Amino acid sequence: MSVAGLAAAVCQTALVVVVAPFVVGLMRWVRARLEGRAGPPLTQPWRDIRKQMAKERIVPATASWVFTLAPLVLVATAVVATGIVPFLTTRSGLDEIGDLFALVYMLLLGTVFLALAGLDPGTAFGGMGSSREMTIAAVAEPTILVAIFALSVTAGSSNLSAIVTSTLDHPSTVASPETMLAFAALAVVTLAETGRLPVDNPSTHLELTMIHEAMILEYSGPDLALVELAAHMRLVVFLGLLSNLFVPWGIATTTHPLELLAAAGAVCAKIAVLGIVIATFEVFVAKVRLFRVPELLAASFVLAFLAVTASFYLA
Amino acid sequence: MSETLFVQLLDLAVGLVLVCAFVVLWRRGLGAIVHALTVQGVALAAVAFLLGVHEEHAELIGAAALVLVLKGVVLPRVLLRIIRDSDETREVEPFVNVTASLLAAAGLTLLAYATSRDVVALDPGPETSAIPIGIAVALIGFFVLATRRKAVTQIVGFLLLDNGIALVAFLATAGVPLIVELGVALDVLLAVFILQVLTTRMRAKFGVTDLNQLRELRD
Repeated sequence: MSVAGLAAAVCQTALVVVVAPFVVGLMRWVRARLEGRAGPPLTQPWRDIRKQMAKERIVPATASWVFTLAPLVLVATAVVATGIVPFLTTRSGLDEIGDLFALVYMLLLGTVFLALAGLDPGTAFGGMGSSREMTIAAVAEPTILVAIFALSVTAGSSNLSAIVTSTLDHPSTVASPETMLAFAALAVVTLAETGRLPVDNPSTHLELTMIHEAMILEYSGPDLALVELAAHMRLVVFLGLLSNLFVPWGIATTTHPLELLAAAGAVCAKIAVLGIVIATFEVFVAKVRLFRVPELLAASFVLAFLAVTASFYLA
Repeated sequence: MSETLFVQLLDLAVGLVLVCAFVVLWRRGLGAIVHALTVQGVALAAVAFLLGVHEEHAELIGAAALVLVLKGVVLPRVLLRIIRDSDETREVEPFVNVTASLLAAAGLTLLAYATSRDVVALDPGPETSAIPIGIAVALIGFFVLATRRKAVTQIVGFLLLDNGIALVAFLATAGVPLIVELGVALDVLLAVFILQVLTTRMRAKFGVTDLNQLRELRD
């Protein structure tokens, strides 16, 4: 593990932390514009976080240590996840732990802690949100695993950087059925895991439909700021994963500072494009009924499953 | 056409045929199901066309054109007309729910791979390694026939079965002679017409095309 590699890993984590709220701001702005509203400025999520940070911490009387610990675990797992995913370079210092399974379980750890925190204060909404989140996570996590596994069969390794390098070496694999199926599966799961339409509506607090918002209803002040920041970062992790696994061009293959800078520009552009596409898509779809969500996720699991069978048998 | 490009395009077309079969299971709207079947027909024609170009086989290209006209244009129109004439636009409650049928179809795909391993091993190559997908599509067709209630989805299941068999025929034998292909195409067309008449009669008699209601004898 080289010093330059570690520096690159730190750079990419810092980049994601700074950029993530802007990506969310961009998506909200695009959606507002398409709906004919003026839309908040791109800095709004950052301003919200700053405002929350300055406020008082209020913990419900019935809450235990899980409630206090959950935002920290959520942010910590999100930070590690941003370090693992090859955003800037394929030769980052965290390359050795940049494994598919490590990433999926890191993200799942955060999800589980948030669900526990939703249950902890003993309110009705929190428990409902947690139960819904677990229903979704139970199908979504295996789908991520299987979808990326389809790519790792072609690359011969479950290391994320190795998968990206292999795609860079063999550009024609992008147009193969297994890659496309895996992309479709991962795209659906991204929407589910980051609480976007058609699975969850990020802009309402309607008690019948909310999932993510229901779990964090009891949080306030700095804790809420941390939870929100972690949610933004998870969104960017998924978008970065989608863009760099399937369209890796622009990523640096060394740890040279100039190349890293160019890669930062490229990855920001790719994530912005993906964010705009998702925001536009959200304008046109309605939220599906909660009972239909497992159907949607089962479909994406089947796509991921087909991707794996295709990569074994068609190749 | 270079060898790698041919393999890639063939894999894409074959993959599309399989995905369309899953879309048929996934969607509830009858219109969406017929559209998926249309795309599948076009993909099947593309498979035949690719094989024809690759092996410089004029008859296969003719068969591709036949498949394109029949399965990409004529049959979807007949099906859409049946749907338009009836008030039913959705497959309301299949015997096996959507999630379970998707997972069952994934199992059927594995079964197809497992059973056709020996066939593929006889002559490994890009064409033969896609044969299991044809078998999988045929099995999914059987599954649709067994678990869906509406007359239209029954016809769709029958056509899925036919598409699967046609795919295996194209991939395994580089196409049967055009005259046989023509005969099969006419048979399928005739079967769908008969089913259409049957559906219309059913609706005139009972008001619905739910096959579940045909279990009892009536006066």
